[in-house]
Amino acid sequence: MSLSEPPSETLADVLIVDYGLGNLRSARRGLERAGAAVTVTDDPDDFAAADGIVLPGVGAFREGMENAGPYRDALADAVDRGQPVFGICLGMQMLLTTSEEADHAGEGEVEGLDFIPGRNVRFDEGRKVPHMGWNELSVKRDHPLVEGVDGDASSTHRADGTAPRGGSVDGEYAYFVHSYYARPDAESAVVATTDYGVEFPAVVANDAGNVFGTQFHPEKSGETGLRILRNFVEFCAEG
Amino acid sequence: MALTKRIIPCIDVDLDEDGDAAVYTGVNFEDLKYTGDPVEMAREYNAAGADEFVFLDITASAEGRATMLDTVSRVADEVFIPLTVGGGIRTREDIKETLRAGADKVSINTAALQNPDLVNEGAAAFGSQCIVISVDARRRYDEAGEHYATVDGESCWFECTIKGGREGTGVDVVSWAREVEDRGAGELFVNSIDADGTKDGYDIPLTAAVCDSVSTPVIASSGCGGPEDMYEVFTEAGADAGLAASIFHFDEYSIREVKEYLDERGVPVRL
Repeated sequence: MSLSEPPSETLADVLIVDYGLGNLRSARRGLERAGAAVTVTDDPDDFAAADGIVLPGVGAFREGMENAGPYRDALADAVDRGQPVFGICLGMQMLLTTSEEADHAGEGEVEGLDFIPGRNVRFDEGRKVPHMGWNELSVKRDHPLVEGVDGDASSTHRADGTAPRGGSVDGEYAYFVHSYYARPDAESAVVATTDYGVEFPAVVANDAGNVFGTQFHPEKSGETGLRILRNFVEFCAEG
Repeated sequence: MALTKRIIPCIDVDLDEDGDAAVYTGVNFEDLKYTGDPVEMAREYNAAGADEFVFLDITASAEGRATMLDTVSRVADEVFIPLTVGGGIRTREDIKETLRAGADKVSINTAALQNPDLVNEGAAAFGSQCIVISVDARRRYDEAGEHYATVDGESCWFECTIKGGREGTGVDVVSWAREVEDRGAGELFVNSIDADGTKDGYDIPLTAAVCDSVSTPVIASSGCGGPEDMYEVFTEAGADAGLAASIFHFDEYSIREVKEYLDERGVPVRL
């Protein structure tokens, strides 16, 4: 399978929640390239029928949660039903319980969606913030989102021609832009990490496995990102 | 592994005689040469391992604007890497429609010098991560005394210019870099009028002066003639990203060759 051309068939119906933030066009195009039929919606009544739900996001946590607030109950229902819910960048941070970000703005903490217990914290001094650019993924545990393509070196492969370690995206690069990072309460929530002077979670997931997120932007992470989006779409199709 | 240094191809896009968007590249200070179709080139660079892609609208005409936004959208549909769009962005509304067309970041130059509050407004409305401030710097040796940089043994400073370097503004590049960082710029895009088109290498004193003064990521631009120039600007000036046009457009080097050269010398790159 190559992701360099659009797929010939649609695997799953994926919904992008349009809560007024984020570059929805890129996320949409990435998901379509990965085999999804994409609907962008601001109507929570649409959630139940979808094979999977994407929570995009760029910007500040407080503003994000204020905008996403009206979808809190509908998202919680989707999680309870076992629907895949995928948060990207700020969308991932919003899956946690809270964030220091509003604290730094002197406005007190803001509640997140609390699907993955934990807190988002700011990078310490001593490095450029935001962490912006391409950095390496280190896979910590199995999850459908980070699978590679075992035995098929023609699609996702390292630039040096070797297969990804363990049939996963371990060792591949992804594109990050963020100043805060997730610190889940449970170590089991960490699927992959990245090193930026501190090792922080790049991919998180809940114990049930249907709520997950990436700190990086898969829709901007080249072939590796498209592989992850494809994994998500396949996961949605199986559900 | 640390954050990698980014290798960024850049296209200059103008309208051709039929009014369609086309890529043009300056060759040896002479006329611009037709180089290709922007969408096709974007697709190729995406596949070739570019870390980002920069699209500069050089029409600078109101009538070209709609065509350019449409072209940006078609480019955005082909690249699954960050896309920066610059040229002709003067207002908050311009920023908004460029982002909506599919750009991840906008590059603002003259309009920020004329109206510095645009930087604050853009960062507040859309996030610092998408506000790139571009400068066209020119060396100035014209005043007595010691300046912060030395080029070929002579003390100099760097001035922000407009209109492709033809007009000075009196604004010092380093002070301006600090100011726009304070105003919320997320990245600095540093062009050199002196180095542009020479292929003799980036303006190292300029790039170093900016990198040493701000903590915002810096994209070095102008003068790249090959991988050794990228190496120099990363290791000697401290740039976060290196931009090049003609060496890639005319197949003098592939992105892969540049990255392998850097990797062999210990510069972290995405291979």
